[in-house]
Parts: sequence; structure tokens; C-alpha cells
Amino acid sequence: MNAIWTELFPYVALILVGYLPNEMWRAFGLVLARGLNEDSQIVVWSRAVATAILAGVIAKLIVFSGGALGGIPLGVRVGAAVCGFVAFLATKRSVFAGVLVGEGALLLGGWLVGL
Amino acid sequence: MPTTATFPSATAAFRGGVKSALTSAFFLVLAGTYIGMGALAHGFGLASWWLALSTVLVWAAPAQVILISSFGGGAPLIEVALAVSLSAVRLFPMVVALLPLLRTEGTRVRDLLLPTHFTSVSMWVESLRLLPGMPREHRISFSNGLSVGYMGTAATFGFVGYYLAAELPPVLAGALLFLTPMSFLMSTARNAKAMMDQLALVLGLALGTILTAADVKLDLLWTGIGGGTLAYFVHRLREAAE
Repeated sequence: MNAIWTELFPYVALILVGYLPNEMWRAFGLVLARGLNEDSQIVVWSRAVATAILAGVIAKLIVFSGGALGGIPLGVRVGAAVCGFVAFLATKRSVFAGVLVGEGALLLGGWLVGL
Repeated sequence: MPTTATFPSATAAFRGGVKSALTSAFFLVLAGTYIGMGALAHGFGLASWWLALSTVLVWAAPAQVILISSFGGGAPLIEVALAVSLSAVRLFPMVVALLPLLRTEGTRVRDLLLPTHFTSVSMWVESLRLLPGMPREHRISFSNGLSVGYMGTAATFGFVGYYLAAELPPVLAGALLFLTPMSFLMSTARNAKAMMDQLALVLGLALGTILTAADVKLDLLWTGIGGGTLAYFVHRLREAAE
């Protein structure tokens, strides 16, 4: 019994603390979106809020990184992100070019600080 | 708005969506992001099938990153749930902004259940870009095809990253983890064509950093509401001035 529970626990946790707290916001959206069109002011405002939250997640992942990325200095991470973004702008908004240059700058920076 | 694509049937629209997913820039972005995610799951000692299931059920990279690092790191379950939920608040306005594009007069709520679950950054950005140029009756099928293509890509590359991570030195593993914020930053910026969206992006980056550094509780929620509302009001003021 205990062995089975140890096996199953990560999957039960995935449902309870991963799937449900995440999915509830989609469900709220489905309920609230009835009767709205894409030009409604609440929809325009919602788009701005969604974009700002996503930007917050991006900033947190770059500035307050954990794991193996946290082992690379903050200056290198932020500098690499800036390099990537400049490349993105210089290539008429190519996501691929931006990510590639950002990754290259991160590896170069890591190598320069002796990692 | 010019029509960019028409389909003979719903099945063709679905297949068109899958094809669009596999040939878009997001294919590479998702592949990179989920290679990073696989590396993360491996690092925290979670099973590769657990990661695949989280991709299908959670289907939101930031929430998955938080879930893997906090649950895998042994944080209290209630804390994990709260952090995941806060990162997912953005899905609410995304669904609200997306569904009016998908709906027709005869659309039933159950037709919208799958698109609602599929709503995530990649699908949302591409749907908002592609759907307006498409006849309304095929938008749901196309969007579902797009999502299935993205989800299959993500799940597949999650396995790739999981098995790669076992072999890579720390700097390269860090570079894999860097893929997630970089791909999100570029794809959000690419979609931010209107001034309001660009302002919301910049304000979100600044507020997210400041509020986290200041250890403010519910920082993501305040980042979104504060930055988003400010961007919205600047947009309204400019409209009124014109």
C-alpha cells in the first residue's frame, strides 16, 4: 500500500496543486467571456493585464533564476537577454534569431567568467 | 481584413492548424522551451512521464516551471498551489480575449471547452494573429489543430531534454533553462504591435523585477493589474486625444 502511494503521490499532487489551480483561471475566463466581443473594453484591458503578468514571469525567470541557470552570474543573464532582444529587433522581429543570439551571449559570458 | 486561408471542411481546418503549428517559429521556440523543461524535471528527480502528463494537463510553461521547481524542491503543497495559480492568472484574460474570436451565433459552450483548455501563450499569440483572416466557422477546428500540434511538439521535446540533461555539464544545462524566458520575451514582443501591448510588456518587466526584489506578496498579481491597467489608461488617453 505504502509503495503504491509513493509511486502515485507525484501524480495526485500534479492534479491537486498543478492542474486544478492552473485550470480554474481558464474556466473563469470561459464563464466571463460569454457575451463579450473582442473590442469590448474589458477584453482590451484583460489583454494588457495578461501581457504584463507574462512580462513579470519573464523578468523573474531571468533576474531571480534558480537551478543551473542561477549558477550563471546575474550580469551575464541580463546582458545576454539584452543582446538577444537587440538581435530580435535588428532582424525584423525574428524570435529564432533573438533566442539564438541570447543563448550564444549567455554561453560566451559564462565562459568569460570562468564557468 | 483580407482572408488568408479558407478550408473545404472542419477536418481540413484542423489539419491546417496542425501544419501551421509544425511550420511556425513557435515550433522551434516550444522545442527549446520544453527541452529546458525536461532538463528541469530531470534535475528535480521527477519522472519523464510525469512531465509529459503535466504538459497535457497544465499546458502552461510558467506554471510547469513553478510546479516542477517548487514541488520537486519539496515546498509545502499549499504554497505550490498558490504559486502555480498566481502564474496562471494571465490565462483568464487570455481566454476572455480569445473566445470572442472563436465564437459564432451557433457555438455551444461545449465546443469552447477544448480551446479553453488549450489556451496558452503560443496558441494564444498565433490564434490572435491568424484567426482574424479566417472564416468564423472554421476557427475552432483550426485553433484545436494548432494546439494539438504545439502540445505534441512540447511533450516530445520534454522527453528529449529529460534525457539530454543527464549528459550535459552545468553551463549547458543553464543555457537550456535560459530558453524559456528568452523565447517568451521574444514571442510576447513580436505580438505586441499596438502601443498598449508594448507598454504593458515594459511595465510588466520592470514591476515584476521591483516587486520580487522588494519581496511583495502576490507580486505577479500586482505586476499584472498595476502594469496592465496603467498601459490600458495610457492607451485610452491617447485615443481620446486623437
